[in-house]
Amino acid sequence: MPIDQLVQVLVFVVMTFMTLGGGLGVVVSRNLFHSALFLVLSLGGVIGYYVLLDAGFLAAVQLMVYIGAISILILFAIMLSPGLMMQHQSQRNEQWWVAALVGVLLFVVLAVVLGQVQWPVADAQALAAPNAQVSQLGVALLGPYAIPFEVISVLLLTALVGAIILARDTAD
Amino acid sequence: MDAIAAWLTTVIPGLGLPLAHLIVQVVYSAALAFGAPVGIVVAYTYMERKVIARVQDRIGPNRAGPLGVLQGFADAVKMLTKEDITPAKADRLVYNLAPALASVAAILVFAVLPVAPGVIGTDLHVGIIYVVAVGSLGELASLMAGWSSDNKFALVGAFRTVAQLVTYEVPMVIAVIMVVLAAGSMQLGQIVAAQDVPFLVTLPVAFFIFLAASMAEIGRSPFDLVEAESEIVAGFHTEYSGMKFALFFIGEYMHLFAGAGFIATLFLGGWRGPGAGDGSILAVILGWAYFAVKTTVIIFVMMWARATLPRLRIDHLLDFGWKFMTPVGLAALVAVAVALKIPGLGSPLLRWVAMLAANGAVIAVSLVAIAWAARRSGSASLRGVAGVKG
Amino acid sequence: MAIPLYWWLAVAAGLFCIGLYGVLSRRNAIAVLMGIELMLNAVNINLVAFWRYITPQALTGQVFAMFVIGIAAAEATTGLAIIISAYRRRDTVIVEKLNTMRW
Repeated sequence: MPIDQLVQVLVFVVMTFMTLGGGLGVVVSRNLFHSALFLVLSLGGVIGYYVLLDAGFLAAVQLMVYIGAISILILFAIMLSPGLMMQHQSQRNEQWWVAALVGVLLFVVLAVVLGQVQWPVADAQALAAPNAQVSQLGVALLGPYAIPFEVISVLLLTALVGAIILARDTAD
Repeated sequence: MDAIAAWLTTVIPGLGLPLAHLIVQVVYSAALAFGAPVGIVVAYTYMERKVIARVQDRIGPNRAGPLGVLQGFADAVKMLTKEDITPAKADRLVYNLAPALASVAAILVFAVLPVAPGVIGTDLHVGIIYVVAVGSLGELASLMAGWSSDNKFALVGAFRTVAQLVTYEVPMVIAVIMVVLAAGSMQLGQIVAAQDVPFLVTLPVAFFIFLAASMAEIGRSPFDLVEAESEIVAGFHTEYSGMKFALFFIGEYMHLFAGAGFIATLFLGGWRGPGAGDGSILAVILGWAYFAVKTTVIIFVMMWARATLPRLRIDHLLDFGWKFMTPVGLAALVAVAVALKIPGLGSPLLRWVAMLAANGAVIAVSLVAIAWAARRSGSASLRGVAGVKG
Repeated sequence: MAIPLYWWLAVAAGLFCIGLYGVLSRRNAIAVLMGIELMLNAVNINLVAFWRYITPQALTGQVFAMFVIGIAAAEATTGLAIIISAYRRRDTVIVEKLNTMRW
């Protein structure tokens, strides 16, 4: 196999270990802080996926928003409340084996079904030139997707105000 | 670097061009990753101590080597030989990982800095966002260090550090967006190429906001409440000693160099200067020299600020970020965006004049607003400064 | 393309199922939130993979993924604010115990 394809497959395998390994760490770890750090690892693996898929802007946005903001938010929430970690109690509820069974079954079903669909993959010429220009994304956000863009701005403003009001110290 | 890759394909028979490019990039990154920490830290710790000493009317290190130039090496030897203490209840893996992450987050910025014409690690299409995103990895390292130290002061220090970093990321990004608007691209190579007149002259508001926000992001005085000894022992790196503390220290200085290099690229024209235009070897060497000089000038300004200004208290610091820099930054962004779209601006000169006028208007309005607020404030000294009698 | 589309879809399905297990089986509310973030990321991987392989000339996949990231940010913010507020009132974050709205 030519070397750049080999490198791609190698990077894909490494990123899969990061993502899926991190994901397993999130749901299995007993220490909540370690779970949050495994989440950061998993999200880092997803950044690698986006770079492999030629979506560079999305990779940078994922790094900035998920790792730079959401993960820090989760870590803050964990650290601000000392009893939150539940260090001496079990982290799994009683039906965890049902959840595991459901998860495994769903994965098997999805893997089999997705493997049998004939995906209408684009032809080689279109595949070699993906449209990932940042300027095009900007034009799209202000053109065809202007309404969802405005709506998500309002949503983020609402979430900001709502979070401040909810988490405000009620003593004052 | 393309030239070096092409030369490699001629020297080694059978080497394809992509593999040659890969080899050049790997060698460049390895040189940076191994050379930068040592070189930068040794040089700039010496410079810092000398500059601050001269500002404070003393001499500074002059024992280790002629004029004290080997002081950095002496510090390194001291750090290496210190005992490596780990607190008993510290979370081992996270505790050991945090300083490494802090250094790595700083050094990742070097990959996109254009240090000379044609010499850049990789000219990403989203170079600007990459730098901002990688800067946010350092916050994670602070949190990990503060939490895993099992020390209340370290935890509070980590909270304050992350609050400060998150606060000052916003004006930093706004200032960077102004530069992107003016240059028309997020590629750092393009931004350097668009600076026939450096953006320092046409976008002064962006420059000042970015300089102040960078100083806060790096954690230097006057924003260094989180690590000052008289305030909170040593903040999130209280429990670190020996080589791990040295890694935090190295991370801070590399962040300083990366931040100053980024400012030099965005606002001072990067490697541009007389003689660094064409593709010859002389141009590359001159480009390196110009970049190094500009970065050192910015670092000198930051050290000057550190030696001169008193520390900001944490609530003042956060207020300054949210209530002053973010509104001024947003106003300047809107003004620059409007100024760039005024119809009839054909030549670049008119565009620069329009941007400068927009920035000037924002500066004037904010000075008037500050004077108005000072006149109405309760503090007599502020009223005196604003010119109110009695 | 060295990596067939099916691999991407399989990885995304795996991540989704891991997130699902996290949501269904953990007692701590923040751990449930982290499982939800994993599921949202799996969806994003799917969106971007489909964009890349089936319609690489259109921009819909990337824009959709960006909106999902934005909505995930809003949801994580609000969820964590609710969890902190609930912790202050009831001194617990175990989801089984936060049950005053049940019959």
